[in-house]
Amino acid sequence: MKRIYVPADSTALAMGADEVAEAIAAEARRRGLDIQIVRNGSRGLYWLEPLIEVDSASGRLGYGNVGDVDVASLFDVGFHDGGAHEKSLGLIEEIPYLKNQQRLTFARCGKIDPLSTADFIAEGGLVGWKRALEIGPKATVEEVLASGLRGRGGAGFPTGIKWRTVAGASGDQKYVVCNADEGDSGTFADQMLLEGDPFTLIEGMAIAAFAVGATKGYVYIRSEYPHAYSVFRAAIERARAAGWLGADALGSGVAFDLEARLGAGAYICGEETSLLESLEGKRGQVRPKPPLPALQGLFGKPTVINNLLSFAAAPWILAHGAKAYADFGMGRSRGTQPFQLAGDIARGGLVELALGVTIRQLIEDFGGGTRTGRPIRAVQVGGPLGAYFPEKLLDTELDYEKMAALKGMLGHGGLVVFNDSVDLAAQARFAFEFCAKESCGKCTPCRIGSTRGVETVDKIIAGRNPEANLALVRDLCETMTDGSLCALGGLTPLPVLSALDHFPEDFRNRAVARAAE
Amino acid sequence: MMRRAAWDAEEARSLIAARRDEPGAMLPILHDLLDRYGYIDDEAIPLIAAALNVSKAETLGVVSFYHDFRRRPVEGALMKLCRAESCQAAGCEDLVAHLRDRHGLGVDTHERGPITIETIYCLGHCAVSPTAILDGKHYARLTREKLDALVAQAKGSAQ
Repeated sequence: MKRIYVPADSTALAMGADEVAEAIAAEARRRGLDIQIVRNGSRGLYWLEPLIEVDSASGRLGYGNVGDVDVASLFDVGFHDGGAHEKSLGLIEEIPYLKNQQRLTFARCGKIDPLSTADFIAEGGLVGWKRALEIGPKATVEEVLASGLRGRGGAGFPTGIKWRTVAGASGDQKYVVCNADEGDSGTFADQMLLEGDPFTLIEGMAIAAFAVGATKGYVYIRSEYPHAYSVFRAAIERARAAGWLGADALGSGVAFDLEARLGAGAYICGEETSLLESLEGKRGQVRPKPPLPALQGLFGKPTVINNLLSFAAAPWILAHGAKAYADFGMGRSRGTQPFQLAGDIARGGLVELALGVTIRQLIEDFGGGTRTGRPIRAVQVGGPLGAYFPEKLLDTELDYEKMAALKGMLGHGGLVVFNDSVDLAAQARFAFEFCAKESCGKCTPCRIGSTRGVETVDKIIAGRNPEANLALVRDLCETMTDGSLCALGGLTPLPVLSALDHFPEDFRNRAVARAAE
Repeated sequence: MMRRAAWDAEEARSLIAARRDEPGAMLPILHDLLDRYGYIDDEAIPLIAAALNVSKAETLGVVSFYHDFRRRPVEGALMKLCRAESCQAAGCEDLVAHLRDRHGLGVDTHERGPITIETIYCLGHCAVSPTAILDGKHYARLTREKLDALVAQAKGSAQ
């Protein structure tokens, strides 16, 4: 039976993948053809979605941007046997965008049926977990430490040190908690993995749980990702049925079980302590640290709380060894980062590469520049709390230290491209506005400062006393940076100050410009 | 449009009871009620408080903290338009202006009508911005024309 792969990834669905799958099923019925439609995840070549694939002797063949209207003509040319069509992309793994990546964490994504345990195992799943069980908890922690893996959520804290702290903490109950509250605009890696290869996350969390002695895990998924939530819950059921979860997880003799929980539309719950509060059923208000979540985390128990991408890197590290992972990357930034290309971009999607690639390589070589064809003016790196980089800094290498040196951050690896129509004063205003809307309210600089920031930028935009108000904004940013407990209030100044520093012309002489119009 | 059940205190009581013993049951309970009724009824607050042995003030504090837990049902169709950075870069504010100028529809107006349009920050389809949800279905690479079709569809389903 011919297999036809039509992604059920939610971005592919937003591009019309369900309609294509239905049209293929109907057309095959009409023609009396016996086909099987596999709903895979996305390859991350999102600009080509719906991207359907068929098997061939030399590998999988792709057909991009397929609409339901194309289906009859695809059958006419025998696409299910690899027939050529104007939508043909050839061998999917030879497409430079995919071929030139270093897919470690996302190696299986798009290839397999996300809920097939057999597919997962056939493509190298469980190897890392089994190795962890062989070498024992202590050596597992050392392996992750030696890999140089750092928190992929934005803070960049060494994952192995976190695990070692929890492993060394005493407690009758320990937890592993996955932060899948991927709220940063321009990021979608968590969603893609949850929907395209959920067992990898389960394996990564199981490895962490084994390493630190935790028996229960929670995955906190944002409510804006309902599809990811339902796919992941189904994956948990399958994993349980396969004996991977439960009282004797994977035959290890150790218990481990998982539960998926849904957020409720609060951006702040991507902050780890706020997420823990939310899981406990409270307002998502930030906790002061110390105590560290590693010692007193969920329900007051020692807790590993990691970003989804950090957990998802663990299976590869255990399977291939710390050195193999650390061989990727530069400086103190080891391994790969799933970068995500967004905004005004011709070829938006996920690009997993070793840390150290430049912004320009990503958005020009992979992304193909802007979709509108207008010149690039700014690239925001690392989400709403990341800096806006001007054209002259696009050759900056993406690693934790280089970003910090330029008063930016890597964040969750999202890059949002803006063309020359962008007004950076409006973007700075938005950074404050977003902070005001999403502040948990605990710290005054964040709660009140963000609103004062919006007002002050409004005055600058209106041309009222711009020099004094610009100085005021900088002063306010300093207060927010120094006086906020968490990254929301503390990092909102990054986009604001980068806009001021790199694009001062958007803030000055607004009144003059307005009068001239 | 999504059909939701009318508020039913007795049924809600059993929905709440089904989860009350889970650790950190508050959000799962609120999500169950939201799924069932489309909003969190005022009468639910004391029911949840009693079941979880917390104060009504604490319960209300949680409900009001999260954007999802709306306090009134939505009449008609519900559209959520992403207005975060990636969609800004791809022209979502032009779509907001188009909704206003062409269709007389405001965003976040909290007015009742056949279509309610709200801002959402990020649906994770940023590679193919701008994006929106209409009654639970996601749409990417929106244009004015696609939006016109969605508005027509929403008006049709609301009748």
